[in-house]
Amino acid sequence: MMVHGEIWTAKELFVYPNEYIYWSIQIVMYPFMTGLVAGAFVLSSLYHVFGIKQLKEMARFALVFSFALLFVAPLPIVLHLQHPFRGINVFMTPHFTSAIAAFGIVFFTYGAIVASELWFLYRKHFVEVALPLKEKQDKTIGEWLKFFIFCTLTLGVYDISEETLKRDHKAIKVLAGIGIPVACFLHGYAGFIFGSVKANALWMTPLMPVIFIMSAIVSGIALCMLTYIITMEIRKFLASRKMTPTQRFQSKEDLKGVEVSVVRMTAKYLLFFMVFAISLELLDLIFRGYTAVKSWDVLRSVIYGRDFTDIFILQYTIGNLIPLILFLIPGLTIRRTVVGVILVLFGVFMMRWNVVIGGQAFSLTFAGYMHYHMPIIPHDWETFKEGLFGAVSVFILPFVLFWMIAKVFPVFDLKESH
Amino acid sequence: MNRRDFLKNTARVIGGITLPLTAFKIINPKELLASTGDKTKVRWVFLVDTYKCVGCGMCVRACKLENGIPYDAKVTRTWVERYVITKDGKTHADSPMGARDGFTTSKIDLGIDGYENINNADIDKGFFVPKLCNQCENPPCVQVCPVGATFQVPDGVVLVDRTWCIGCGYCIMACPYGVRFFHPVYHTAEKCTFCYHRITKGMKTACVDACPFGARQIGNIKDPNDPVTKIIMTERIGILKEEYGTKPQVYYLGLDREVK
Repeated sequence: MMVHGEIWTAKELFVYPNEYIYWSIQIVMYPFMTGLVAGAFVLSSLYHVFGIKQLKEMARFALVFSFALLFVAPLPIVLHLQHPFRGINVFMTPHFTSAIAAFGIVFFTYGAIVASELWFLYRKHFVEVALPLKEKQDKTIGEWLKFFIFCTLTLGVYDISEETLKRDHKAIKVLAGIGIPVACFLHGYAGFIFGSVKANALWMTPLMPVIFIMSAIVSGIALCMLTYIITMEIRKFLASRKMTPTQRFQSKEDLKGVEVSVVRMTAKYLLFFMVFAISLELLDLIFRGYTAVKSWDVLRSVIYGRDFTDIFILQYTIGNLIPLILFLIPGLTIRRTVVGVILVLFGVFMMRWNVVIGGQAFSLTFAGYMHYHMPIIPHDWETFKEGLFGAVSVFILPFVLFWMIAKVFPVFDLKESH
Repeated sequence: MNRRDFLKNTARVIGGITLPLTAFKIINPKELLASTGDKTKVRWVFLVDTYKCVGCGMCVRACKLENGIPYDAKVTRTWVERYVITKDGKTHADSPMGARDGFTTSKIDLGIDGYENINNADIDKGFFVPKLCNQCENPPCVQVCPVGATFQVPDGVVLVDRTWCIGCGYCIMACPYGVRFFHPVYHTAEKCTFCYHRITKGMKTACVDACPFGARQIGNIKDPNDPVTKIIMTERIGILKEEYGTKPQVYYLGLDREVK
């Protein structure tokens, strides 16, 4: 009879009989996805709170994307549970000495903040869509549906005078301000889940939440840049075929100019947070080597031996060093940015991988190792949800959601916005 | 708002927050229990005499049958480890199938690396160490359970509620002793319970009854006349992984420093 974890765990040397890699690919996806949520939000707040004007275009985009990602963030945890339908128990009997128990509260607080900020941001748009439809006679079914959705979204507030919009603007600023610490907390606490496990020699460090927050912001900014570039490219393509539904940017050249300036500006913030994240990770590594406590022997053999490729080649070189150089070379182009941000995203993913899987690569005995073989081709429900396909589904879902949500919250070409 | 109002309101808010918190503290059930005196007369502890263990694995078999852990599943509530320390100072350890079938070969099980042959002449010392849940006084598994499905009963044993466990695996990760696993049938966290269903009825645990050499004993440390208590109080005993601050309640006689 197969035990959970047995199928993807290979044991080497002396490992306790009950030890397997219990936290697999979905637990890698979990901090990766929440990191993207938090990062996207922080990026949008840079404009709303600190008034960095150059990020205006990106800010609205990032906020909507963060909302789409938010729905996906709990999915990896649920998929990883042995009893997914009991996941609701966390809200029913939260046991507050556990870091995971806070998830419900933090998640819903954060969700409420993002949702209300979005509402204030798009209130005018809802009214502008709902009002003409209200007046229109003999609506089609599609229009009825649209009217119903937008009418509900206005929450009965149709006042869009200059004065109220000013107040909206203030509310957005306040919400974005509160949102930054909450977003950091949302992700810092994901780091705390790992950092507080005293049984795991690799995870246990108070730096873990901070490292997680920094790399979260890095990944969030990178994903926003990537999605932004992709959508801009599609719009450029449409513009070149004169299919543009917009009046604002007319030509392909206009679009291109905006795109490059926005991307260059955002890249600067990406660089800043990247340097921070890498410094913290290296500090952690140096500190472990210098203090060399009991667990260091086995950690060293994992970090410099078994996981050398994953850590130093894939994460630090391909995921950090190369994009750092790409962004630092002057005259940043769109193509170079795309390569850079994809590598950055890969690097952050590898960091999560090296924490979660790397943390289980050695036994609690400190005298044995466990190797993870991720299920590729699923042959049952478990190997699907905790395998390559489950992880890829989790990664694709936010883009699908974003496409749907963007129909209600248009991210481009609002005539007047905050 | 002027300064006077601000200060007034601040005082009000702080007062308003503090009062309910203080009330909450007064009715804290644990403190209440402590202040009225410790009513529990039992604290279950376990004693393992490693000098007596021969690694036959009778305890593992008895445990699996008693507690409904599928016999061929590669998980077990209790297991026996073999340690062989050779003259070159190296420690070789294994526990094939948790020693369910005992140690049928002198070769050391290296997992995916196969088996290692050790020359009898090279051996300095060798011994067996039975392992089970330490029923810690400060259990990290209970601390991290997000739904409170694992809990410590007043007599010290940590149990799991199979109807409430969500299967997140956080408790498995938090245990420094690796005693927890997912039950292959119920898919919930599973662990040694000191055979709670037996000891609360005056019986011994299945492993204690099954051990032909008396290497395993269970007792109540709050009873000074308990033979186990007497040994713990008078002999030189060891515990596992003290550095984690879990205060384990399984005591070992003849614990070697090489024991992982």
